[in-house]
Amino acid sequence: MKEGARMIARRNRMIPALFILPSLLFLGIFIYIPLVQNFYNSFFDFSVFSPTKEYVGFSAFEQLFADKVVMTAFINNVKYAIISVIFQVAFALVLATILEDKLFRRIAPMLRVIYFIPVMISISVIALLFNFVYNPQMGLLNSFLELIGLGNLTVPWLGNATTSIYAVIAMSQWQSIGFITMLFIVAIQKIPKELYEAANIDGAGKIRQFFSITVPQVKEALFVNMLITITGSMLVFNEPYILTNGGPGTSSMTLSVYMYQQGFFKDNMGYASAVATLIFVVTAIFALIQIKVSGTGKDE
Amino acid sequence: MTKTNENIKADLFTSDTQIKKARLAKMDKTTRRTNLQGKISKNMILLGLLLFAFIILYPLFWMVVSSMKSYDEIYNNVWGLPSVWHFENYATAWSMGISGYFFNSLFVTLVTIVLVVLIGSMAAFTLSRYKSRWIDVALIFTIGGIMMNPQVALIPLFEMLTWMDLINTHWALILTYVAYRLPLTIILIRAFFLSIPRELEESAIIDGCSEFGIYARIYLPLSIPIIVTTIVLTAYFAWNEFMFATVFIDSDVLKTIPSGLMNFRDALRTDWGVLLAGMVIATIPMVILLVFLQRYLVRGLSEGSVKG
Repeated sequence: MKEGARMIARRNRMIPALFILPSLLFLGIFIYIPLVQNFYNSFFDFSVFSPTKEYVGFSAFEQLFADKVVMTAFINNVKYAIISVIFQVAFALVLATILEDKLFRRIAPMLRVIYFIPVMISISVIALLFNFVYNPQMGLLNSFLELIGLGNLTVPWLGNATTSIYAVIAMSQWQSIGFITMLFIVAIQKIPKELYEAANIDGAGKIRQFFSITVPQVKEALFVNMLITITGSMLVFNEPYILTNGGPGTSSMTLSVYMYQQGFFKDNMGYASAVATLIFVVTAIFALIQIKVSGTGKDE
Repeated sequence: MTKTNENIKADLFTSDTQIKKARLAKMDKTTRRTNLQGKISKNMILLGLLLFAFIILYPLFWMVVSSMKSYDEIYNNVWGLPSVWHFENYATAWSMGISGYFFNSLFVTLVTIVLVVLIGSMAAFTLSRYKSRWIDVALIFTIGGIMMNPQVALIPLFEMLTWMDLINTHWALILTYVAYRLPLTIILIRAFFLSIPRELEESAIIDGCSEFGIYARIYLPLSIPIIVTTIVLTAYFAWNEFMFATVFIDSDVLKTIPSGLMNFRDALRTDWGVLLAGMVIATIPMVILLVFLQRYLVRGLSEGSVKG
C-alpha cells in the first residue's frame, strides 16, 4: 500500500520531466547547439564537405572588419532599419489611429483586412510579383510613370546600383505596414475610452489627442514594434536575396545575404560563420532589450 | 449710493449677457467652421486610406488578371484585361510542377503543426503547473529561444543535418521549423494554461484522474482558442518559410512552394502567364486562412509580437 503510493508519487514526479523533455531536446539540438557551433566555426577555415577544419584564430574577424562589402552590407541593413521604422512604425501608428477613429468605423474593418493581405503572402510570391513591378521594359512602376507624364523618371529600379537597395526596401514596406498596423490596432483598442471622452470635453483636437493620449498609452507597443522592426531589418535575407541577390555588384547586399554567398557559393564556411556571429551580436542586443521591455513569459 | 450700485450691477448684468451672447455666437461660428473643416479633412483622409488600399490591392489584382494572359499581352498590354482568358495557364502551372510543391508544402506544414501543438502544449503544461528551480531554468531556456534567429544557425544546421543524413529530406524542414516555432508557442500556451482555475484539476485528482488525464481531458479541451491560434501561426510560418527551404532541400521533387517557385520561374523563362498562375495558387491557402481565421491570427501575432 505504502509502496504503491510512493510509486504513484514518483511516477507523477517523472511526468513533468517527460512532458518537457521533447521540447528541451528540440531547442537544445536545433537552436542552442548550432549557436555555439557557429561561434566555434568562426575560428576555423573549412568548406562544406571538407572533413577537417583548420584553426585560424581571430583571422576571420580581422578580415571581417577590413572587408568593404561587410561595411556596405551593414550600411544597407541600417538603411533598412531607418526607413522601416519611419514607415512601419510611425506611419503604421498614424494609420492604426485613423482606422480606430469613430469617423471610419464602417469602412475600417474592410481596410484592415486589405492592408493585412500582403502579410499573409509568401515572400517568394511577393518578390516575383515585384520583379514585374520593377521590370525596366514592361514594369508596372515605369509604365505608370510614363502614363502620368513622368517618363523621364523611369529607372531600371533593380538594375541600378543607386536605386536597387531602396527598391528592395520599398517592397518590404509594402508588405509589412499592415502587420505593424494590426499590432497597433490591438494596442489602441486597450486604451480606456474615457480618456478620449474627457479630452473631447476639454476641447482637445484629434491631433492633440493623438500626442497626449494615444502615443503615451501605446508606448510599450511602440517600443516593442520598433525593436521587432529593427531586428528584422538587421536579419533581412529573403527580400534582397530573391530580388537582386545583393546586386548589381554589392549595392543591395545585406549581412545575411553576404553570409549565405560566402558560405554556400564561395565555400568560405569559416568566414561566413564570422559574419553570422556579427549578425548575432547585433540582433542579440536588440532582442535582450525587447525581452526586458515586453516582459514575455512573466506570470500574470 | 445704492442706486449706483444697482446700476453697476445692472450694467454688469447686461454686459455679462452680452458677452455670453457674443461668445455663443462665436462658438457657433467656430463649431460650424470646424465641422466644415472636419468634413474636408475627413474626406481627405478617406481618400488617402483608399489610395493606400489601392496601392496594396492593385499589384495583387494585376497578378490575378495577368495570370490569364499570354506572354505577348503581359508584355505589350500591361494594364488591359486579357483579350482571351487563358484559364488553362492554371492547369499548365499545376501539372508543370506546382502540384508537387503544393503537396510537399501541405505535408511539411501539417506535420509541423501536429508536432508543434503536441510538444509545445506538453512543455507548457509542465511549465505552468510545476514550480522548482529546474522548471525556472527550463523556462528561461525556452524564452531565450525566442531571441535566436535562423540566419545565425544556418551553416551549423546545414552541417548537422548533413551529418544526420537528413539534408534534402522533408524532415530537415520539419525538425527545424518545429524547433523555431516552439519557444513562442510554449509561451503563448503557458500563459493560457496559467489562467485555468486550479479547482478543476483538484476535483479531477479526487476523481482519480492521472497527470496525463489532467493534461489531455482538462487542459487541452479548455485551450482550444489558443491552440487554434498556434495552428494558424504555425501554418503561416511553415507555408511561407523560404531560407531553410532553399538551403536544406536541393531536389526539385522535394521542394516546398516558396523555394519551388524559384525553380519554376527558371524553368518557365518567358511563360509569364503560367508563372503568375503558379503564384496565385501558392497564395490562395493563406488568403483563405486570413478570411476565416482572422481573429485567431491577429490575437496570436499581437500576443507573440514576433515577426514570422
